[in-house]
Amino acid sequence: MQTKLTINGKSHNLNADTRTTLLDALRNHLGMTGTKKGCDHGQCGACTVIVNGRRINSCLTLACMHDGNEVTTIEGLGTVDDLSPLQRAFVAHDGFQCGYCTPGQICSATAMLEEIKAGWPSHVSADLNAEIALSDAEIAERMSGNLCRCAAYPNIVEAIRTVAQGGRT
Amino acid sequence: MRSFHYERAADTPDAVAACAAGATIIAGGTNLLDLMKREVVQPERLIDITRLDLRTIESAEGGLSIGALVSNSDLAAHRDVRRDWPVLAQALLSGASGQLRNKATTGGNLLQRTRCYYFQDSAMPCNKREPGSGCHALGGATRLHAILGGSDACIATHPSDMAVAMTMLDASLDIIGKDGASRRLRLRDFYRLPGDTPHIETVLQPGDLIAKVVLPPPAGGRQTYRKVRDRASYAFALVSVAARIELAEGRIADASLAFGGIAPRPWHDPAVDRLLVGEVPSAALFARVADVLLDGAAPQEGNAFKVPLLRRTLTATLNELCREIPQ
Repeated sequence: MQTKLTINGKSHNLNADTRTTLLDALRNHLGMTGTKKGCDHGQCGACTVIVNGRRINSCLTLACMHDGNEVTTIEGLGTVDDLSPLQRAFVAHDGFQCGYCTPGQICSATAMLEEIKAGWPSHVSADLNAEIALSDAEIAERMSGNLCRCAAYPNIVEAIRTVAQGGRT
Repeated sequence: MRSFHYERAADTPDAVAACAAGATIIAGGTNLLDLMKREVVQPERLIDITRLDLRTIESAEGGLSIGALVSNSDLAAHRDVRRDWPVLAQALLSGASGQLRNKATTGGNLLQRTRCYYFQDSAMPCNKREPGSGCHALGGATRLHAILGGSDACIATHPSDMAVAMTMLDASLDIIGKDGASRRLRLRDFYRLPGDTPHIETVLQPGDLIAKVVLPPPAGGRQTYRKVRDRASYAFALVSVAARIELAEGRIADASLAFGGIAPRPWHDPAVDRLLVGEVPSAALFARVADVLLDGAAPQEGNAFKVPLLRRTLTATLNELCREIPQ
């Protein structure tokens, strides 16, 4: 099936079986292996990418359903010479050990900070209608779809908090 | 995953026709694709409805009309929902993860399949997946399973939080049938109990498409969704309570309750609501309400804990909603 995707600003024509998930399309068909496959069932968040501005699990969606969509992967957020603020913060705060979940964590956190800017409440927000106070509990709740088997969570939260508060790292 | 034919619906009649011809609807796909990977379901034909114009949330009939394709995130973040139906925003935000809520749709959430371990494992017998093959949950691992409404064929629970809040709110569905006509159905009449046909979960007919969920006008009083689960986030309910209580002059003027994690469908017991109305809130009253709710409960060894857990969760929720509001 022919599918047109814009990935990190560049147009790609994919011709793949309808079964191909967006994750497999990125990794196996388009050679973009920054996005990781963990559980392949939407439980771990390693495959998180941003589609049309929203973070999603790329393992739980078919590539052909995204014809014409704009996809941002970890490769589109920063480069080795020009890291994104969250990438810099994850390095500065030691927000990983093995690093396998990190692309998903950073894609997820990038979109999550936009959700906060848009005023979306979370399960731990005390008042659904008030401005969000960005506590560690808020960060943890909003990042619960990204698992880290190395349990670098305290440092991940620290990295995200630093960027959310506009701090330089 | 087994191979399938994929097509994209251009409009609603297109989708309904494909559906009537046996195609399986895909929208958010977060549940369907998971089950297809596990070969729990093996559709031969998928009809993608994500390009249909069913993403609107708008005021209607004094209440709110929610398109079937509205994502769980958009619904939870919607200003009117947060202000006038906070129980629904709370229920949505207590479910899944940020990524899943961005994809999961309103219609799909209603139709998500059970998280019963035996249903999810295609190597196990399951009357829901393969009618007549048996049920290994009975006498097996039942932490997530029903204590009310189950049968000798199936004790699986419905996993949705959103549907519990909508059941409490007495939402309705606008369904388009294969003849193209739209009909309205109360959500409270939508799900079937398993009986000896656990594979038939709703009253939907072949070709039916859920187009909208309609919330009735905002009701008075206070409302909340309380969910108890095995971890603080991103887990299905062991027990949940959606409740609305309206107090007047020290008495309960109106009450509506629904429960999740305990039954094959979002559980609403009119006798529970009736028992509360007109009464002065008290520990004795709440205990009587729990007795009525749990009358006929049939727990398994692995989920007997849900009986006291539901009693306590119900009491805590009613205490919270009946507490004097500090001025």
